[in-house]
Amino acid sequence: MALDRWIALIILGICLAYGYAAWFTMDGSLAPFMRRNPVWPSTFPKVLSVIGIVLSTVILLGLEKSEPKSADIDYRRLGDYQLWQAMALLGLMVAYALCLRPVGFLISTSAFLIVGALILGERKWYILLPVAFIATGSVWYLVQQVLGIFLRPLPAIFGV
Amino acid sequence: MLEGLLLGLSTAMSIQNLLMVIAGCLIGTFIGMLPGLGPMSIIAIMIPVAISMGDPSAALILLAGVYYGAIFGGSTSSILLNAPGVAGTVASSFDGYPMARQGKAGKALTIAAIASFAGGTIGALLLMIFAPALSSVALLFHSAEYFALMVVGLSAIAAFAGTGQVAKALVMTILGLIMATVGEGALFNLPRFTMGIMDLQSGFSFITLAMAMFALPEALFLVLKPKELSGGKDAIKDLRITRREARAIAPVIGRQSLQGFFIGVLPGAGATIASFLGYAVERNIAPKHEQDEFGKGSIKGLAAPETANNAACTGSFVPLLTLGIPGSGTTAILLGALIALNVTPGPRLMLDEPQIFWSVIMSMFIGNLVLLILNLPLIPYIAKVLAVPRYYLIPFILFFTLMGAYIGQNNATELLLLVGFGLCATALKFADYPLAPLLIGFILGGMMEDNFSRAMQLYDGISFIWERPMCLGLLCIAIILVVLPSYRSRRAKARGQGVADGD
Repeated sequence: MALDRWIALIILGICLAYGYAAWFTMDGSLAPFMRRNPVWPSTFPKVLSVIGIVLSTVILLGLEKSEPKSADIDYRRLGDYQLWQAMALLGLMVAYALCLRPVGFLISTSAFLIVGALILGERKWYILLPVAFIATGSVWYLVQQVLGIFLRPLPAIFGV
Repeated sequence: MLEGLLLGLSTAMSIQNLLMVIAGCLIGTFIGMLPGLGPMSIIAIMIPVAISMGDPSAALILLAGVYYGAIFGGSTSSILLNAPGVAGTVASSFDGYPMARQGKAGKALTIAAIASFAGGTIGALLLMIFAPALSSVALLFHSAEYFALMVVGLSAIAAFAGTGQVAKALVMTILGLIMATVGEGALFNLPRFTMGIMDLQSGFSFITLAMAMFALPEALFLVLKPKELSGGKDAIKDLRITRREARAIAPVIGRQSLQGFFIGVLPGAGATIASFLGYAVERNIAPKHEQDEFGKGSIKGLAAPETANNAACTGSFVPLLTLGIPGSGTTAILLGALIALNVTPGPRLMLDEPQIFWSVIMSMFIGNLVLLILNLPLIPYIAKVLAVPRYYLIPFILFFTLMGAYIGQNNATELLLLVGFGLCATALKFADYPLAPLLIGFILGGMMEDNFSRAMQLYDGISFIWERPMCLGLLCIAIILVVLPSYRSRRAKARGQGVADGD
């Protein structure tokens, strides 16, 4: 089964779960005076779930024929591409998300930029380090001082 | 109208807003030039900056400047490298790149700049004429018609997705609408589908979703399949065009400005369709000897898509500013930014906040002028950005997407959501599911449900569908839009089966 039909199956599952929630669980907690309303909070979701189930079934069963297109990237040969770099960068983004608060903006961002460039193959430290530090510093200055949005610069233990 | 024009001019000419236009155009040109980064990603990245400025006119002017700048920058990389940064400029590379290979890169860039300028300016003039007319009609609309109009817009976007893609585009739209129902709705004040998670109480953040749908997959694609960025190192000289060439492209520019604008107004048909159609039309109506030149460096073949895509960009502002319904992914992002700034675009915009409406239109003229006079001499230097190595470029793109999502909500959970949605979006992109309908559905979802619920309450049920003829008519159009493409492809296939495969 092609990837697009697998995805249709997942979407069908989402729509079924969503539809179950809309049709069977939401209306129980509705206040009595709202029951006289012609439209309930669950009305629109009910309609959406039905349409979603029908459409994802159409894709799943392949009722709409489409000619195969040559996509930019062929997912069947994912190994031929720089897959590990992409995975490593995604992991780095997750690590950044988890570290941003506890470690502070300055350290985590410089580390993110340096490690990101290292993953992609940069080895010239004398360019990499200044670029990362200057970029981090100027973004922090812009966001914190110019835009006035608080970004904790240093690790939380320093109490800032 | 004159009053509005003067009001717009005075707002747009303030120092701050002039700086915004210039900054927007420059940023857009720089980033739009990078292959793989389209106007949607750039605007998504710029939104946190625009929102934190707090002034809706300045924000919209900045974002609109980024939009034209990105299209212009995209054509530069199409011409110089045959690597379009933006889908709307793919057609520009058909003739622009051959011209550059013949050593006429300077001339090609000049033609592109002039054609873009003319397309954008004529588009803005048409916008000035049509937008007020359309919005006075739209003032007659009730919530029932608004609901129907949104259904039409969403179905049109799906219908333009191409053969065999309609169901996929519709599913993505529904998914977007489903995501919009998560959190507290405006009419009910009840948390829905939050699964008890506090962070979902206010729903998904539109910036996070925009970044995850566009910026992140594009950056990941750049990582997975590095694009060769050699070239662009030769000096670009001789920017002048001759009078004969100017005379040859003038009618092309005239026709394509009009055609591009009206294609841009249609929901779902944006700069990309306009540029391809413009190219095809001009090739078909050109004299025989010129037809052969198309694809080998014809100046008409370059001027046509360049004019059309800029006119279409301007045209796509018409439904946004008059109906509050975005016709394309980019205008959908702009709509989201405006809502975040507490401005609701729609027919009331012209009456309630004329300074926003008119200053955006005036800034289009200024922006096009800025692109012409600022970028043309600077192009050889701006093209140097193409020499930025990818191991710096990609971490920075990723960092800016993360920052954008973080600044919007000041919440680290948002970053994890961004990565998660980004992965889903990449998988969807692999499987050829269009992503723009999802975001458009998400942005329109709240408004659509509000209008639907209001109409239901007014008419005490769904009788509004047949009691209001305009609403019924619009819904019929929506059904036709969805059914027609699959019907036509089925009929074409049926016809094809009757024909023998003989030679």
